Amino acid sequence: MDLSKATFRGYKRENGRIGVRNHVLILPVDDLSNAAAEAVANNIKGAIAIPHPYGRLQFGADLDLHFRTLIGTGCNPNVAAVVVICIEDGWAKKVADGIAATGKPVSYFGIEQHGDHDTILRASKAAKEYVQWASELRREERPLQDLWVSTKCGESDTTSGCGANPTVGNAFDKLYPHKVTLVFGETTELTGGEHLVAARCRTDEVRRKFQFVFDRYQAIIEKHKTSDLSDSQPTKGNIAGGLTTIEEKALGNIQKIGRKCMVDGVLDKAEMPTGTGLWFMDSSSAAAEMVTLCAASGFVVHFFPTGQGNVIGNPILPVIKLCANPRTVRTMGEHIDVDVTGLLRKEMTPDQAGDKLLECMFRTANGRLTAAEALGHREFVLTRLYESA
Amino acid sequence: MIHFVVHEEGDGVGVVVVEGVKAGQSLAGWIMEDDKDVEIKAKSDIPIGHKVALRDYQPGDTVIKYGVDIGKVVKPIAKGEHLHVHNVKTKRW
Repeated sequence: MDLSKATFRGYKRENGRIGVRNHVLILPVDDLSNAAAEAVANNIKGAIAIPHPYGRLQFGADLDLHFRTLIGTGCNPNVAAVVVICIEDGWAKKVADGIAATGKPVSYFGIEQHGDHDTILRASKAAKEYVQWASELRREERPLQDLWVSTKCGESDTTSGCGANPTVGNAFDKLYPHKVTLVFGETTELTGGEHLVAARCRTDEVRRKFQFVFDRYQAIIEKHKTSDLSDSQPTKGNIAGGLTTIEEKALGNIQKIGRKCMVDGVLDKAEMPTGTGLWFMDSSSAAAEMVTLCAASGFVVHFFPTGQGNVIGNPILPVIKLCANPRTVRTMGEHIDVDVTGLLRKEMTPDQAGDKLLECMFRTANGRLTAAEALGHREFVLTRLYESA
Repeated sequence: MIHFVVHEEGDGVGVVVVEGVKAGQSLAGWIMEDDKDVEIKAKSDIPIGHKVALRDYQPGDTVIKYGVDIGKVVKPIAKGEHLHVHNVKTKRW
């Protein structure tokens, strides 16, 4: 596929970033605000609430990550405007101010001294204005390099490593020369293949950073493990699908970064890239955690290869699923956007599979709903670093 | 028809990519990286996605896939048998 003149149609945001969705987000800062946020989204058609269980008594780096993830989610260019709700005004304002730095419309509401009823009323009025305003925004034609694409695989099996993941790798190899911003992560899920990623780092400095976060995560596993992690990593689903060890899973996982891309930088969780190219994000390998972090870092389209059939979606980031396992495509076809089973029958080349994924990427970026969006999968899962205070 | 695929020449395992492989069945394999054909007789029933041993193994041997170490053998495995968590373990955790 010749991508030299490729374009997509997206929403240009106030800060110049381009989104492919036009959500009005109702963002609870803490668990206590979920009920009000969901009530507002129920009142105002077209608004979307993203309830979650955290935000109370966190501290230090864990609290920093909480704010970074919420603010990053609000800043994502797939979001047109945001209503922030918190149990009190202070942290509501902190999150709203972080999002307002993008220039997009944002309002905040504290529940204390008002109660749910009054908060829901006030927040619903703001959300209604935003939804009607956003409905008049129009897509415009944009160059491919304005697209930010993330990847993470899930419920992998052996067909992931020989079919779906190399398809993502083929697509990444084609996007990389066109200065698309790309990310992968899953730190512990590189175990056994970390030397292959280290060898792909562009500079010694990037390699040093990568090795530091990899070693740090290994130390956590060593500290807390009570077994060889079998059934957790690889998961029961991975093992049912034929994956035997973490090394085998990792080597399949790494197929997603193709053969030519270099790793240009290392990101902390929910940290925004500062340039184009392929970034490694130090992250959990749990699907919803990682995809949530990708959305919080500003990525607008996601490639999700699966083997056994992970059904994940995200509230604001369209998740494109691809699969090379014929049984999964037969039994769970409604979840799969791109069928690459032909690869394993030698009826499709890796190049054709990569093009098929890219074609779906352009259609998705231009507005076609993914299977996960149509099915209502909106998994929003915050990463926690340790216990609350 | 391709019953199993092998990532590259030298790998000690193949991945079964069709449903219903039974012990005694002759399997046609495809070495993807080198685009070569290979054949083997299955000695176990092997589910789709699971691995078939392409050589004999003894405990302590290393299994190679993608040209890289994927773990250690803990029970003897004969060529054509099902190779999985019952006879291979991680070396890392």
